[in-house]
Amino acid sequence: MTSASLASSSEALKRPPRRINWGLILTYAVVIIVTLTMLAPFVWMLSASLKLDRDVFAFPIEWIPSEPRWQNYIDIWTKIPLGIFVFNTTKLTVIVTVLQLLTSSFAAYAFAKLQFPYRNALFLAYIATIAMPWQVYMVPQFILMREFGLNNTHMALICLQAFTAFGVFLMRQFYMSIPDELCEAARIDGMSEYGIWWRIMLPLSMPALSTLTIFTFVNTWNDFLGPLIYLTKTDLKTIQIGIRMFITQYTQEYGLIMAASVVSLIPVLIVFLALQRFFVEGIASTGLKG
Amino acid sequence: MTTSTEKTAAATGAGPSVHAAARPPVRTAVSKRRRKIMNTLIAYSFIAPNFIGFAVFTLGPILFAFVLAFMRWDGSNPMEFAGLDNFWRLFSDRVFQAAFWNTIIFTGFVVPLTLICSLGLAILLNQKIFGRNFFRTVAFFPYVASLVAVAVVWNMIFNPEFGPVNMILYTLGVDPSNLPGWAADRHWAMVTVILFSVWKNMGYFMVIYLAGLQGISAELYEAADIDGATPLQKFWRITLPQLAPTTFFVSVMLTIQSFKVFDQIFMITQGGPGTSTLVLVYHIYNQAFISWDLGYSSMVALVLFLLVLAITIIQFRWSQRNEGDTA
Repeated sequence: MTSASLASSSEALKRPPRRINWGLILTYAVVIIVTLTMLAPFVWMLSASLKLDRDVFAFPIEWIPSEPRWQNYIDIWTKIPLGIFVFNTTKLTVIVTVLQLLTSSFAAYAFAKLQFPYRNALFLAYIATIAMPWQVYMVPQFILMREFGLNNTHMALICLQAFTAFGVFLMRQFYMSIPDELCEAARIDGMSEYGIWWRIMLPLSMPALSTLTIFTFVNTWNDFLGPLIYLTKTDLKTIQIGIRMFITQYTQEYGLIMAASVVSLIPVLIVFLALQRFFVEGIASTGLKG
Repeated sequence: MTTSTEKTAAATGAGPSVHAAARPPVRTAVSKRRRKIMNTLIAYSFIAPNFIGFAVFTLGPILFAFVLAFMRWDGSNPMEFAGLDNFWRLFSDRVFQAAFWNTIIFTGFVVPLTLICSLGLAILLNQKIFGRNFFRTVAFFPYVASLVAVAVVWNMIFNPEFGPVNMILYTLGVDPSNLPGWAADRHWAMVTVILFSVWKNMGYFMVIYLAGLQGISAELYEAADIDGATPLQKFWRITLPQLAPTTFFVSVMLTIQSFKVFDQIFMITQGGPGTSTLVLVYHIYNQAFISWDLGYSSMVALVLFLLVLAITIIQFRWSQRNEGDTA
């Protein structure tokens, strides 16, 4: 058996690489076709955003417009308050992300490293709601916000997105993996619990924080149903429902709609490319532990 | 009970060890208890900012949802107890039944299709090819792209009259009368939404599958190579069984996600034509924010909750059983 396998491996060494290449070419062909298909809607969007409305549906598709109409990208800022929408979305996203990071890492530290009464019961409250779809309690939540006078305010969306069970759970899992001895040593040195959290835990948990940042950022930026329910005043709207309003007002202005869509994708694209590694690692780790 | 001793302990503050030497038993007991209370307070101060927000805006509404399901309320007049009226209404509400079955059909197609596509993508992009990271990024991007933007493009591309998809089908020789009506056609609307969901989400599950693939020991494949296994045999006998936990997990996530579908349907078909793509969350939304029938809407939400709960219990049982096996 050994001699046979040795023979085959030496054969493999001598074999010209031609046969392997065919498999590789096939793989590349499939990969390129698949990715082009996945990318096609985006390319079409970009291309349509630079066209006159009547040219958008011209067939065969003119992927690169012969006379790119940059005017579309100027018009969208004047025809609809796109600037306000972008500002509102950015404001909400930044506030929610910062609050989420601070409060969940803060709470997660206690759940992971401190002993106190009802610790498990409180943590169970978080765990029990992770699987609870938001859609199940969005109506009572809306009533509650209305009672608080938060309807048609950004505060409502901040309140409902900043304190998630997911954030606490994710951070707690990460802190569990940090050895307790590290905290003990710091305590013996006279560091307060807040100091340990700020000087030891936060710097060590950069990967988990990055994962939480990108998840929260993307979720808040792309949130649709929340703003749809809570924000009916135009100057409060986020980019998602702002664009939807634009679509219903200017159904035929395809070029402009596409330009607005491209603009709404850019921030997500930038954050995604910058933090992609953490995103992918985050999905892989939280996903499999889930 | 402890306040006065606590205060003295607090006053002596910094140097309890000196006193401890003089009067050991009492001092240590008091300072220990004091420290314990302090520690508890510190721990609660860590939890409070998040937990208060969480309790008010999540736990409270969840409990309220269960109460509301048995009430009759339009949100402004006084609430009335409705008993099981809302529950019985589910059985006579044709729209609810359509929404229920549409949700099941949507899930029934989206779950297997996304599984196959994301596994295929993962296997393809797990190979050592040039530009692998670029291709992975491209495959993942639809997942992070904002839904409104991509849904709008989707609507244009699948426009039945002049969208490029039907144009391509036409040039490929499909008779104009047979061209699918996509979102505008009662029979094709669900297909359109399903295709969109698969395209949008497969990148996410590809990432999970990639992690699963990287977890498979290379020795298994080496052993199979020695035995002269074909690539297809390796796929069926090694890759697929080794990925079983990942596949299970992905199916659970996908199922729950599909039960909750709303955004893309709101953007692409508005639940129509007729009720052909109306799903549970859409019905909840309509009953609550269009009809202001909050009690009944919460009853429909309860149905959604029970569906998700059933899946969660299955997942829990399964992971318990598997942990038992490995232990």
